[in-house]
This record gives sequence, C-alpha cells and structure tokens, in this order.
Amino acid sequence: MTSGEAEVSRRRLTSGPGTLLVWLYGVMVVGAVSRSAYQIATEFDRAALAYSLSAVAGVVYGFITYSLVRGGETARKAALACCVAELVGVLTVGTWTLIEPSAFPDATVWSDFGMGYVFIPILLPVSAIYWLRRSRARNGDAA
Amino acid sequence: MVDALTLVTGVAALLLAAWCGWAAYRDQPTKDWHFMGMAVVTLLTLVQLAVGIVLLAQGEKPEQGTTIFVAYLIGAFACVPAAGFMSLAERTRWGSVTVAAGGVVLAVLEVRLYDIWGG
Repeated sequence: MTSGEAEVSRRRLTSGPGTLLVWLYGVMVVGAVSRSAYQIATEFDRAALAYSLSAVAGVVYGFITYSLVRGGETARKAALACCVAELVGVLTVGTWTLIEPSAFPDATVWSDFGMGYVFIPILLPVSAIYWLRRSRARNGDAA
Repeated sequence: MVDALTLVTGVAALLLAAWCGWAAYRDQPTKDWHFMGMAVVTLLTLVQLAVGIVLLAQGEKPEQGTTIFVAYLIGAFACVPAAGFMSLAERTRWGSVTVAAGGVVLAVLEVRLYDIWGG
C-alpha cells in the first residue's frame, strides 16, 4: 500500500493475497503434474484425452505460478492471459464432461468444473484474475 | 496402525487450519506458537512416512498401488512446511490464511491416503 512498494523495480505479485494464490497454484501444479505423469506413464491408453488434458492443466498452472513468483508487469500480463485461458479450459472441459461423459473414461483435473479438487480449479482463476487486475490498479495509483 | 495415524494427522491438520484461520480472522501473522503447531503436525507426517515405508518394506501392499501411496506420503510431509515458509515471508494475515489452507490441503491428502491404503 505504501509508495515504497511501487519503487521496487520488479513489482511483487506475491504480497498479501498473492501468497495464498501462489500456495494454491503450487498445490495444483504438484497435483496435476504428478497425477498426469503417473497416469500417462502407466495407463495412457485407458483415457488418453483425459490424461493429456490434465498434463496441459499442470503446465498452465506451472507457468502461472512462475509468473506470480517472478513478478513485474510483463509477468502480470502473462499470468493474466493464462488465467483467462485456464478459466476457459475449466469451463469447456467441465461442460464437456457433463454433456459427453463417454469421451472421458477417467477423470481429469478439470472434470465437472474441478469437483474432485473441491472446486479449486474454477475458483482459483476467478480470484487470480481479480487479484492481478487489482495489482495493476494499485500500481497506477502509486505512479 | 496406519488408519489411526491417518486419522490423528488429519484431525491435527484441521486444528492447525482452524487455529491459523482464527489468527487470520484477528488480522495477525503466524507467530512462534503457530510454528510450534506446524512442527507437531509435520512430525506426525514424518512418523507417517516412516511407518509407511516400514510397512512397505515388510511386504504390505496398499490397495491402490505403492507408487501413489509413497507420492501422497511425501506430499503430506512437504505440505505444511512449505506453507509455513511462505508465511515466514508474508508477515501479514495472508500468511496465516496460507497456513490454514495448507492444513486443509493436508486433511484432504489424509482422506486420500486412507482410501489409497484401503481402510
């Protein structure tokens, strides 16, 4: 909130609520990447589409986590774009799994809007987009 | 043995979550006492990891596979310390919220561990 905060050359995105976001994104990275790596390695043929989508989700989560930790305006914009892509992904896959369950013999991270992960996958991008937009507004005030 | 330990760790994780949630509600960062609590919960997950490895070495098989079981044991062990370190860097209520979220995540992992072991 102080003006000193804005003088840091690469502005932090991990202060305040950002800490919680980084933590939750970190958890999702570990969850999605380890899950898809294991499933792709052991039983890829059973549900190739579902496991590939989980892997994609893991990569997106990884990139957002990295951007949040790195900080700065470019990273903020990149993270914002990825959060929008993530939200679109969750909505698409969530709707898809409800309409066409036969396409998914096994669940993905984003199945049923992330129900298997306490709906964190759908809540996370919404709160992250809010936080990242607010970070820009605060920066504008200070400058 | 495994089930009792899973239950105790899960309950301890939820207590830690409630405690740090209370600190966040009162707009306070995590303090020494909270870190003591995190140490206790971490110790429980360490015991769990050790017991799990001993049981596997004795030839017992988790219902859903050894790899997944070990992965979840390691995840459970790393969960609270990771959140704790983040709350060290964030000396506001949001550090407390993060540790509370860490406690909830650990509780979920314990439920999954219970299923994986086949309770």
